[in-house]
Amino acid sequence: MVITMRAPGQMDLLRFSTAGSVDDGKSTLIGRLLYDSKGIFEDQLAAIEQTSRRRGNETVDLALLTDGLRAEREQGITIDVAYRYFATPRRKFIIADTPGHIQYTRNMVTGASTADLAVVLIDARKGSLEQSRRHAFIAALLGIPHIVVAVNKMDLVDYDEEVFEQITSDFAAWSAKLEVHDITFIPISALHGDNVVEHSNNMRWYGGPTLLYHLEHVHIASDRNLIDNRFPVQWIIRPQTDAHHDYRGYAGQVATGTFRAGDEVIVLPSGARTRVARVETFDGEVEQAIPPMSISMLLEDDIDISRGDMICRPGNKPTVTSELDAMVCWMTDRPLEAGHRYFIKQTTRTARAIIDDVRYRIDVNTLHRDEAAVALHLNEIGRIHLRTSTPLLVDEYRKNRQTGSFILIDETTNDTVGAGMVVAPGTGSSSIDAVADDLSEDAPAA
Amino acid sequence: MVISTVSFDTASTEFLEAEPLGPLPAPSELSVHGGLSHLAALEAEAVFIMREVAAEFERPVVLFSGGKDSIILLRIAEKAFRPAKFPFPIMHVDTGHNFPEVLEFRDRRVAELGERLIVASVQESLDKGRVREEPGHDPSRNRLQTVTLLDAIQEHQFDAVFGGGRRDEEKARAKERIFSFRDEFGQWEPRLQRPELWSLYNGRIRKGQHMRVFPISNWTEMDVWQYIQQEQLEVPPIYFAHEREVFKRNGMWLATGPYLHPLDDEPISRRVVRYRTVGDMTCTGAVESGAATLDEIVIETAAARITERGATRADDSFSETAMEDRKREGYF
Repeated sequence: MVITMRAPGQMDLLRFSTAGSVDDGKSTLIGRLLYDSKGIFEDQLAAIEQTSRRRGNETVDLALLTDGLRAEREQGITIDVAYRYFATPRRKFIIADTPGHIQYTRNMVTGASTADLAVVLIDARKGSLEQSRRHAFIAALLGIPHIVVAVNKMDLVDYDEEVFEQITSDFAAWSAKLEVHDITFIPISALHGDNVVEHSNNMRWYGGPTLLYHLEHVHIASDRNLIDNRFPVQWIIRPQTDAHHDYRGYAGQVATGTFRAGDEVIVLPSGARTRVARVETFDGEVEQAIPPMSISMLLEDDIDISRGDMICRPGNKPTVTSELDAMVCWMTDRPLEAGHRYFIKQTTRTARAIIDDVRYRIDVNTLHRDEAAVALHLNEIGRIHLRTSTPLLVDEYRKNRQTGSFILIDETTNDTVGAGMVVAPGTGSSSIDAVADDLSEDAPAA
Repeated sequence: MVISTVSFDTASTEFLEAEPLGPLPAPSELSVHGGLSHLAALEAEAVFIMREVAAEFERPVVLFSGGKDSIILLRIAEKAFRPAKFPFPIMHVDTGHNFPEVLEFRDRRVAELGERLIVASVQESLDKGRVREEPGHDPSRNRLQTVTLLDAIQEHQFDAVFGGGRRDEEKARAKERIFSFRDEFGQWEPRLQRPELWSLYNGRIRKGQHMRVFPISNWTEMDVWQYIQQEQLEVPPIYFAHEREVFKRNGMWLATGPYLHPLDDEPISRRVVRYRTVGDMTCTGAVESGAATLDEIVIETAAARITERGATRADDSFSETAMEDRKREGYF
């Protein structure tokens, strides 16, 4: 066995989400990616072989690799997001693997929220079904910059180029309305390994990359927003020792943009202005902080700053507002309705929120907009308007996933009940409206 | 696979024109792709999580066993809070069956950091009658630790407990949240976990409940060793190859010592071994290995075909869901 080692500094990190149901080959695909990249170990394989045999299965059920909990193993279902890891010499990968049933929109949204890329599976025999479209819609809604449409089970359609082309053009036509700038189509057979890690001899007509090659090479560094400088203050480091008597470090993670010593900055919501004296970490001074580095910032002037404040540039600020228009995915049994109160957490700021209005609900299968909806139930997605007890510092989600996202927390149970994406700070409307309008043109009238 | 040349997409240079990047962060932090390296990204995430807990909880504590994962936690805490002190104490749940080299290392490391150590002792729980030794030959105290841990959490009124658990270790852990809610009984209920979206962690709890927090959830064993190598962190000597008296039990090489008594059909031999995990001496197995340096451990880890827990932990072999069952009771 030859092991090619590379210095850790030469690998980066790609997070991707997968979604799918039991029979579309998703588990097989993940199993193959993990196995071929040594992400599955022999004792894990032996354990699932044993379980598969005990259940009377003839082949090894790779789904058992991702089914970790007792209920899942007993009932043969996947109830939650599972995280899996593998690495090649070029990249480390984190897979957020979610079940694809309709009732699990909540999990799909969770998995998609941190993903750089989504792998949408389509069964070559069936074409793009509701489930694949739903996954692509959620990926687009959550602002995932890259989508890979893996047309699977090509072996069952005789590796026919025309089948692949038909599915590709159908899906491309539909997805043109989604705000996704990078969609790649790859014909594969997860079961036989065609175009997963190795190029397929059965599809010589296909000249594109294999799935793994694409995952390894897709360019994600430019997905980062290096323009809008946003630094939510998380924690204040005050040693209060003789050696660091006046030290005051504003600690946090760079959300977007860059920061360096000498930058003129403004602190929101107070509006106080100063300059960055020094950017540092435990390892010393940093010449330029980029996302998602966790740093400490020292400022030239001693101004009053607390957790939840945001350090930005005077010419490029988020909106300071206590009203939001947002898309929300609802994640609990008790429905969201006008008048309900929650805690809202956005960046490092927590406030109270009251729901003013449910404007519409989107059917994630047909993308039809139901304007008559007055509530959002578990696993439903819709547009709401809310007000907060103290101002938040927000950007539109489509421009900034870090400062445009929020969660709603139930005041009684403390559960996380809603995932929100800011459409418009204040009361205005924006381009997501237009997208939603476009999408609903296809749908049957109410 | 060897990648001989590296090219940047033109998209990345457009950003350079829009706003000059100037001198870049420390070279080791950047990957060839122009973003943070995977270790820098994992570190930034872990530091963010620790600061979030420090800000949102009243009385956090960080668990430290002297093992490699908790060694990382302490380094992350340094990265998150220096030059100030940690805003929480360090706690070790001591089974009384520890490797002496690890205890020695534990005390030295805490002293170097100048932080406060709390030792929660399983022996004391036994003496007080809170727990009883399990029956059988050479019983493990692994499961008893849960009671000692929960008692200590209650006694000190800790509301957030950092642990070094990683999702790649075990299939139940793969489903656990980074902020893992525990009820008044310390129990984990996998089906009622809070959704975890973006990096917006929900730390709201009631009195008596607590949160287990796993800042290195997304790290693999390989990431841990690469990070130890990058940071040049000291680890207990038992992680490196050494000669030791061992005997085979349940397919694992166990060390002879005061807590283990080899049976007649368990012949003792001297072998060159090392440990991939550090736990209770009664249930932590050694692997035969000549890896005597960090570099050699990284290479060995890259070639390993057995998971670290599969190779070294008897406590996970009881059933398919042994870890889930222990976690539900309040285990680490």
